[in-house]
Amino acid sequence: MTSPALSGGIASHLHPGASYDVAHHPTPSGREEVWRFTPLKRLRGLLEGSPSADDLDWDVQAPDGVRISQISTADAIDLGGPAPVDRLAALSVANSGGAVRLHVPDGTELDAPVRIRLRGATPEQLVWDHLVVTIGRSAQATVVLEYEGSATYSAMVQVLVGDGAQLQLARLQLWDDDAVHTGHVGLRIGRDARVRTFSASLGGDLVRLVETTEYDGPGGQLEQLGLYFADAGQHLEHRLFVDHNAPHTRSNVDYRGALQGLGAHTVWIGDVVIRKVAEGIETYESNRNLVLTDGCRADSVPNLEIETGEIIGAGHASTTGRFDDLQLFYLQSRGIPVDEARRLVVHGFFADIVRRLGVPEIETRLMAAVEDELVRSVGLPPASAVGA
Amino acid sequence: MATLDIRDLHVSVQTEDGAKEILRGVDLTVRSGETHAIMGPNGSGKSTLAYSVAGHPKYQVTSGSVTLDGVDVLDMTVDERARAGLFLAMQYPVEVPGVSVSNFLRTAKTAIDGEAPKLRTWIKDVNTALDKMSMDRDFAQRNVNEGFSGGEKKRNEIMQLELLNPRFAILDETDSGLDIDALRVVSEGVNRFSAQGDRGVLLITHYTRILRYITPDYVHVFVAGRIAEQGGAELAERLEAEGYDRYVRAGSGAVAVGEPASS
Ligand SMILES: Nc1ncnc2c1ncn2[C@@H]1O[C@H](COP(=O)(O)OP(=O)(O)OP(=O)(O)O)[C@@H](O)[C@H]1O
Ligand SMILES: [Mg+2]
Repeated sequence: MTSPALSGGIASHLHPGASYDVAHHPTPSGREEVWRFTPLKRLRGLLEGSPSADDLDWDVQAPDGVRISQISTADAIDLGGPAPVDRLAALSVANSGGAVRLHVPDGTELDAPVRIRLRGATPEQLVWDHLVVTIGRSAQATVVLEYEGSATYSAMVQVLVGDGAQLQLARLQLWDDDAVHTGHVGLRIGRDARVRTFSASLGGDLVRLVETTEYDGPGGQLEQLGLYFADAGQHLEHRLFVDHNAPHTRSNVDYRGALQGLGAHTVWIGDVVIRKVAEGIETYESNRNLVLTDGCRADSVPNLEIETGEIIGAGHASTTGRFDDLQLFYLQSRGIPVDEARRLVVHGFFADIVRRLGVPEIETRLMAAVEDELVRSVGLPPASAVGA
Repeated sequence: MATLDIRDLHVSVQTEDGAKEILRGVDLTVRSGETHAIMGPNGSGKSTLAYSVAGHPKYQVTSGSVTLDGVDVLDMTVDERARAGLFLAMQYPVEVPGVSVSNFLRTAKTAIDGEAPKLRTWIKDVNTALDKMSMDRDFAQRNVNEGFSGGEKKRNEIMQLELLNPRFAILDETDSGLDIDALRVVSEGVNRFSAQGDRGVLLITHYTRILRYITPDYVHVFVAGRIAEQGGAELAERLEAEGYDRYVRAGSGAVAVGEPASS
């Protein structure tokens, strides 16, 4: 089965057609455009697709009105979500032995976030997952997925947002530093629906997440926020694809990353396609990286394919830099020691985006996690030597 | 009784064509209790002087000294200078995204005092400081200088001056871009600071209008990287009437003669 939206005439090498068929996604050699940044060896054999019946440990807090159920893979596919865009996502569906469906019925407005904490036991634990989130027409929901502990984990997450619905979806990759997390989060946004996603990747030896968005009618709005913080040796890769396949849709992507320590590597790919039918759309994507020490590498590749000029606006920005000396000087000139000034600047860099999440307890938890990362940077050589 | 002493200060900036000397031997002594005004044409080096004393990394001191009660200031890091009692209200205050004014102030106050301010009194102190500057209390929750109007940025600087209460304050064109009410509010803040009796002020300005609110004990005319003349408050009036023309001509004459860079 091939997703109609993603195969609709875009012959982009960046987006091999979506399909549930594993054979449709050959094992990559590492030279392919979509794989060239990923250290395949560190995927711990995920690409071979060994079956495994292991699961993460699920802890679900769900307010009234949410229905969570186990469904068969066939039934999950029948729900019509975006199909897997790569081999790991296709394997996730094929090997997960069924899916978990999280459903919020039409018109239901949840009064509290759905919080799902998923915990892995050991890095050797191989887990395939398939999750389908369906938000009914005009429903309103906040869903938070928190990943902790360690595992070798790959998941297909399909998110179908009904017409006029509002969804906030946060995914927090707070793994231990030896976890591997890959897969695909595919969003389909209904007519006039509003979706805000938030992704935070702080832990993990290797995180490689593909996030795709397509629209199911005009007027849908997407705000896609993300942060990542890579320490020595960590590979954190986020590949975003927004397909403006319907008129008057909007997307706003803002991802921010920090890197510290030898071998810290982040990859951010931001692709936006504006189809011929997508008149009157507006899109902006931004990626900013703060390089805190020497020995890090931040790849940032925004890309815009425009097939119609009849739009409100389309733009992107990508910056990768070290500390702003003026900001540090200003803070220091008020007596704040340079290490603390740096910490304050990084804190601010992320707080700026975390604040937009709008879920206070998660905001607090995330900023605490950022602080933890910053504590580790003490003693590392600064990337910006004042006076140099 | 404290003294900020600037002796024969020479400062260069790095340009594409090598080092360029901006300050060419500045001598200035500010004692606590005194207010000094510095006036001078655009590009004469007033901000360079302010930044150099504060320790901005862009400015390289090639010779001369700056001491605070005999202690070498140039040897200190930027934050050490602030903790030693120096404060610079900047001509162009810097935006710090994501850092709230309240968090910034508390961090600064903690650094300067060496201990965290008491939570109960602190919130009150911040609110009082905002009130005094006629700033809405919401400013405490906004990001430092982000989206502030020009005038709001300047008020924010003087608000910090009052909260951090240093020994010496250098105010770099704090009066520029202020409306009449803001000028009064800001001047009152500076006057409250001075009224403690043992604080020194170095006020860089282009306009005599602020000197109607803040009476300087000394006025210095700054031209081509050094002080060309000094006098009392009446000198400011004369500058207002006559401009800098004769100093500039005299100054450029001196440079043309090829006076050595360091005396
Ligand atoms: N990087 C640089 N390269 C070349 N010249 C520089 C550089 N930085 C500063 N200058 C020059 O140094 C001189 C002094 O600048 P400064 O900002 O100190 O002047 P100012 O007296 O404060 O002027 P204003 O009244 O306009 O604020 C100016 O002529 C400026 O162009
Ligand atoms: Mg200036």
